[in-house]
Amino acid sequence: MLPERLLHLWQRRRVPLAWMLLTRQPVRLAVALAGISFAGVLMFLQLGFRDALFEASITIHRLFDADVVLISPRSTSSNAMQAFPRRRLYQAAGWQEVASVAPVRWNFVQWKNPETGKPRSLLALGFDPADSVLLLPELETMQPKLRLGNRVLYDRLSRKEFGPVPEWFEQGREVRAQVGDVEVKVEGLVRMGASFSADGNLITSDRTFAKFRNSRGGVGTTNGSIELGLLRLHPGADAEALVRQMQAVLPPDVRPLTKDQFLAFEQNYWKSSTSIGFIFTLGAAMGVVVGSVIVYQILFSDVSDHLAEYATLKAMGYSHGSLVGVVMREALLLALLGYFPSWVAGLGLYALTRSQTMIPIAMTQAMATTVFCLILGMCTASGLLAMRKLNQADPAEIF
Amino acid sequence: MAAHSASLDAFAQPGLDAATTRVHIRGLNHWFGEGEQRCHVLQGIDLDLRAREIVILSGPSGCGKTTLLTLMGALRAVQDGDVQVLGEQLRGASQVVLRRVRRRIGVIFQGHNLLRCLTAEQNVQMGADLNRQLPYRERRLRSHQLLREVGLADQLGKLPAALSGGQRQRVAIARALAAEPHLLLADEPTAALDSHTGREVVELLQRMVRDHGCSVLMVTHDPRILDVADRLLVMEDGRIRAMAAAA
Repeated sequence: MLPERLLHLWQRRRVPLAWMLLTRQPVRLAVALAGISFAGVLMFLQLGFRDALFEASITIHRLFDADVVLISPRSTSSNAMQAFPRRRLYQAAGWQEVASVAPVRWNFVQWKNPETGKPRSLLALGFDPADSVLLLPELETMQPKLRLGNRVLYDRLSRKEFGPVPEWFEQGREVRAQVGDVEVKVEGLVRMGASFSADGNLITSDRTFAKFRNSRGGVGTTNGSIELGLLRLHPGADAEALVRQMQAVLPPDVRPLTKDQFLAFEQNYWKSSTSIGFIFTLGAAMGVVVGSVIVYQILFSDVSDHLAEYATLKAMGYSHGSLVGVVMREALLLALLGYFPSWVAGLGLYALTRSQTMIPIAMTQAMATTVFCLILGMCTASGLLAMRKLNQADPAEIF
Repeated sequence: MAAHSASLDAFAQPGLDAATTRVHIRGLNHWFGEGEQRCHVLQGIDLDLRAREIVILSGPSGCGKTTLLTLMGALRAVQDGDVQVLGEQLRGASQVVLRRVRRRIGVIFQGHNLLRCLTAEQNVQMGADLNRQLPYRERRLRSHQLLREVGLADQLGKLPAALSGGQRQRVAIARALAAEPHLLLADEPTAALDSHTGREVVELLQRMVRDHGCSVLMVTHDPRILDVADRLLVMEDGRIRAMAAAA
């Protein structure tokens, strides 16, 4: 029975030696906790940036209303989407599982800040306003406005460097800006989200997008090509099986992917083809190293300072193992006490980063658990190293 | 008290039975160092210690008193000889046996060796905590009781740094007795105390061991406290040279 067991444990409790040893010198404890918290914050930030990078890399990809996506086999990532023949999409539409198809233009264009005139690269998506392409509820009312030429919908989560477009729009002002040499009018605001590859986004019709192609600094693909082909399947259709069939039948100038494979395609680029993932993981590892050194120093000096006392306890009959337990409990307490401030600081820094960069960095349960486990592992490893000093606590030498 | 020379066998007490003998040592030899540096610090020690007996071990520095104390306290490995403490043979004993013996022995150090981060009460409870059979509350009550017995009922919550030398040694005595030991080993318990306080502490120790049924082996140079002993042993050059019975 749990209550009986708890009562038994309660009755067996002892003097909280680990706690008393730690709190005896409050200044040293505070320094130790500051060090552990700093290491924790470093881990939270590095791992948070890494995960946000991977998450942000597919912010737009997630929004596509599709079961199967066609891309060019020459495309390596959202940074370098290549065009493929539009007719492949219509070939794919011939499969009976396919309910509808939608071609999408995708590329980066030069957007000039309407306030300062400074150009900055921004991701433009172009498609037929009659198609349902993106899973954005607000598009239902705004998308028809794109039928007029040179109209765009602006992502309100774009970085501030693109200009005060959302503010001006909400004030009721007419917002016009240059995309390359084409002047566009902002017809509405959508919420898409910035990523590491795209600081801002806009949506326009395929016709307006084609004008960007011809403009200086424009996109540079031919009319017969598209960057994405979206396929929606009939309910119950097996997307993976269909993709396998398409891979076998379609020419090699197109690459069919399920939506999940499309997300993985983008994430894998950032994970494996760039050093960013490694760099952030290394940054987190540095946090572990820094924290380990701090905890080791604290525990080692604690054991050294109390060596005679530990030896006394051995002489009294306490086993080496029970003293190891004291050191390990100190390590555990340091981990618990050091983790909490780092978690709070992490929350604050994540909020600051989100507001300043629009990157989807968030304190997930997985992140909180990962960093706690890293801090716990760091303190445990340091405790294990510091324990070696305990071997020097010879009870025969204290007389 | 009258000291007299005696053969080595004279310090053993034949006729003692196992029930009343707390320590039984025969032919104990101990060496430190290796090769030419090897030093024979204990040479053929024979010694018995009975229940409720207080024995004082005296002698010049370096004669081997403390080494004998640490061997009896199961704190060193016995190299040669027969050492039985509280019914356990210590020669060749495993760490488990040594630890079991240590738990039944109370130790009082010259420098009290209290844990600086713990209060007087907690220090005593560290001794009581060795008895895992007792629930926390009883261990705590025992610690209070012992501190009351040593006259420190009003100092429970004080750290060692806030106590006088005599008070610290009283806490150390209470701690040594908290685990209900059968044998108490004391190494110069009055060395760091003034004569008045030292006398108080030793009288307290004498009363406490009588009340709690311990045997005591006390190493001391302090001639003012020799009268508390039932027997006096004098060591010299690794041998017990003389014995004196209490007056």
